[in-house]
Amino acid sequence: MATTEIDIFANEEKRSLELAGHVGFDSLPDQLVSKAVSQGFCFNILCVGETGIGKSTLINTLFNTTFESDEASHYLQDVHLRPKTYDLQESNVNLKLTIVDTVGFGDQINKDESYKPIVDYIDTQFENFLQEEMKIKRSLHNYHDSRIHICLYFIAPTGHSLKSLDLVTMKKLDSKVNIIPVIAKADTISKSELHKFKIKIMSELVSNGVQIYQFPTEDEAVTEINSTMNAHLPFAVIGSVEQVKVGNKMVRARLYPWGSVQVENESHCDFVKLREMLLRVNIEDLREQTHARHYELYRRCKLEEMGFKDTDPDSQPFSLQQTYETKRKEFLVELQRKEEEMRQMFVNKVKETEAELKEKERELHERFEQLKRMHHDEKRNLEEKRRELEEEMNSFNRRKVAAETLMGQALQSCSQQPFKKDKDKKN
Amino acid sequence: KNCNNDEKQYVGFATLPNQVHRKSVKKGFDFTLMVAGESGMGKSTLVNSLFLTDLYKDRKLLNAEERINQTVEIIKHTVDIEEKGVKLKLTIVDTPGFGDAVNNNQCWKPITDYIDQQFEQYFRDESGLNRKNIQDNRVHCCLYFIPPFGHGLRPVDVEFMRALHEKVNVVPLIAKADCLTPNEIKKLKDRIREEIEKFGIKVYQFPECDSDEDEEFKQMDKELKECTPFAVIGSNTVVEARGQRVRGRLYPWGIVEVENQSHCDFVKLRNMLIRSHMHDLKDVTCDVHYENYRAQCIQEMTSKLAQDNRMESPIPILPLSTPDAETEKLIKMKDEELKRMQEMLNKMQQQMHEKDQ
Repeated sequence: MATTEIDIFANEEKRSLELAGHVGFDSLPDQLVSKAVSQGFCFNILCVGETGIGKSTLINTLFNTTFESDEASHYLQDVHLRPKTYDLQESNVNLKLTIVDTVGFGDQINKDESYKPIVDYIDTQFENFLQEEMKIKRSLHNYHDSRIHICLYFIAPTGHSLKSLDLVTMKKLDSKVNIIPVIAKADTISKSELHKFKIKIMSELVSNGVQIYQFPTEDEAVTEINSTMNAHLPFAVIGSVEQVKVGNKMVRARLYPWGSVQVENESHCDFVKLREMLLRVNIEDLREQTHARHYELYRRCKLEEMGFKDTDPDSQPFSLQQTYETKRKEFLVELQRKEEEMRQMFVNKVKETEAELKEKERELHERFEQLKRMHHDEKRNLEEKRRELEEEMNSFNRRKVAAETLMGQALQSCSQQPFKKDKDKKN
Repeated sequence: KNCNNDEKQYVGFATLPNQVHRKSVKKGFDFTLMVAGESGMGKSTLVNSLFLTDLYKDRKLLNAEERINQTVEIIKHTVDIEEKGVKLKLTIVDTPGFGDAVNNNQCWKPITDYIDQQFEQYFRDESGLNRKNIQDNRVHCCLYFIPPFGHGLRPVDVEFMRALHEKVNVVPLIAKADCLTPNEIKKLKDRIREEIEKFGIKVYQFPECDSDEDEEFKQMDKELKECTPFAVIGSNTVVEARGQRVRGRLYPWGIVEVENQSHCDFVKLRNMLIRSHMHDLKDVTCDVHYENYRAQCIQEMTSKLAQDNRMESPIPILPLSTPDAETEKLIKMKDEELKRMQEMLNKMQQQMHEKDQ
C-alpha cells in the first residue's frame, strides 16, 4: 500500500509557494560554511614537469612560504612521485595541503614509460577512496581524501610548441585529473613570442583531443572572470621567493642586469591570474570536478571491469547484492569446472602412465620368454651332444672290451695248444 | 757587437707572413660548423646572430605529435660570405630531431655516422691518385646547446658529448641564458664544468698562450677559459637600446642586448669561434680527430689482412704500432694449441715406431 502512495506523489507537478514572512532557512549556506570551516579543507596539487623547471619555486611563490625540498638529480632511472602534506592556516580556515612532485620526469633517454608512475599514483588514490566507500563500516567524513584535485603541467618555454613527451603525458592524464598547463620560466619569452606560443600550444592540445580544465562559466558570480581567464591559458608564470627593491617597495622578483621581473606584475607574467583562479575562485569547483567527474569515471570503469552493470538485459535495475551473488555463483561454478578439468587431466595422466608401464611389462615378459626358450634350446642341443658323446664313448668301450676279450682268447688258445699235444702223445 | 746584426743585409723572409696572407685570401677559407641540441634551444637564432645573416628563411617546424617518433636528420646549409676581400665558405650542419622523440635511445647515431662518413670520404680522397681538388667536408666544430632549465647536464647531454668528443671539437653552450640571473649562471657553469670532468667528457680546450704574449692577451685568454661553458643569447631582431640600434630581445622589464658582455657571453663565443680560434679548430680537427680516425681505420684494415693470410702475404703488412690485446691473446691460444697437437703427433709416431720394432 505504501508503494502506491509514493507513486501518486511522484506524478504530481511541483508547486512553488510564496512566503508570507521571513522563515530563516536562508541561513543554510552559512550553516554549511561553518561546518566546512570547522572540519577543515583538503586540497591536493600534483606538479608534473622536467627536473629544474621551477615546480617547487612556483608552489613556494603561490603559498608565500618555503616548503622544504631537496634539489633533484637528473640521473634517476625512472619517475617517482613524492607526496608531502602540510597544514596551513589563514584567518580561521584550516587547509590540509598535499603537494605531489614528479621527481625524475623527463630526464631519462627513453621516456616511453614516464607517464606510468603518474597514472598509477592517481589511480591508487581513487582506488583507496573506492575501497573506503565500499566498506561496511565507513568513516568518510574522517577519511583523508588524497585524490588529486589539480595537476599543474609545466611546459618548457621553447617558444615553438609542446614537446612530444608533454603531448603523450597530457593525453594519458586528461581523463583522470583536472589539468592546468602553465608555461614555466616565462621570463625567457618576449611578449610577441608568448602570444604565438600560447596559440600554438592550445591548438595542438585541441587537435590532439586533450581535455584541459576549463574554469566554470555557469555561476553568474564568476562567469565573466572565468571566461576571460580561460582565454589566457596556458598561464605564463615566473616564480621567486627572493625580495628585490623596486621603487620604494620590496617585491618578489628576479633581478637581471637588464631589469627586474616582478612576479606579481600582471604585465610581466600571469602569476596573479593563476593564483586567482587556482586558489581564490575555483578551488571548490576543482574538488567537485575531481569527485563528480574523474572519480566517478574511475569508479564506473573499475566496477564494469569487475562485471557489475547498472541494468540487466531486461532493463531492470540490478541491486548490488544480486550482482554479488551472481558473481559469486559464477565464480564457484568456474572453480568447480576448473577442478573437474584438473581432476580429468590427472586421471588421464595416470591412465596413460599405467598403460605405458603395462606395455613395458609386457615387453619385458616377452623378452624373458624368448630368453627362456633360447636357453631351453641350447640345453637340448647340449644334451644331444652329450648323448652322442656318451654313445661314442660306449661304443669305444665296447670295442675296447671286444678287442681285449679277443686278445685274451687268443692268448688262452695259445697256452692250451701245448697241453693238447702232450695229451696226444701219451695216448 | 750588436751593430753587426743591424749592418747585415736585409734578407727579406720577414715578408713570409704577408705572402701567406695574400695566398690564403686568394684561396679562400672554408669552415664547417655543426649545431646540436633539442628543438627550441635557439640554435638557428644563434647561428643567424653569429654570422649576421638569415640562413633559415623557409624552415618548417614540426608539431609535438609529429615529433613523438621522430628520427634525427642531417641538413646542410652552405653559404659563401665575404668580408674585406676574405672569402669564407661556411657550412652549417643542422641536426633537427635530436632529443625530441619520446624515446631517444641512440639518437646521436646519425650524427656520429655523418661525421665518420666525412672522415671516410676525406681519407679516400687523400689516398687517391688525383688529389688536386679535395673537398674538405669534415666537421670542424660542434656547438652543443644545453638547456638552462635544469640543474646541470642531463643523461642525454652526457651520452651525446661522450659519443662525439673523440670525433669532433665539442663546444658546450648554455642556451637561452636570459632566463638565468648572474648568480644562477655562475652556479650552473660551475656545476656543468664539474660534471664534464666527472663524466670524462673531452670538450674543446683552448690552446695555451705562448709565454711571450703580452699580459693583456694572457688576461683575456684566462678570462675566456674561466668563462666556459658560454652562456649565450641570440636574436633575429634589432631593437633600440640606449640610443643605438642593436640586436636584442625586448621584454616589458628591460632589453637584453646580445652583444653586451654583461648580459651574456655571445661576444666571447663569437670572438673565440670566428675571430681567434677558427683556424685552431680546423687544426685540431685535422691533427687530432682525423688522425685518430685514420689510425683506427688503417689498424682495422691490417688486422683483417693478418687474419686472412696467416703465413706470408704478398702485400707488405704495415707494422702494427699497438697490437690489439685481443688478437694477441688469440694468437697465443692458437700457438699453444699447435704446440699440443705437435706433441701428440710426436708421441703417436714414437709409439708406432716402438711397435714396429
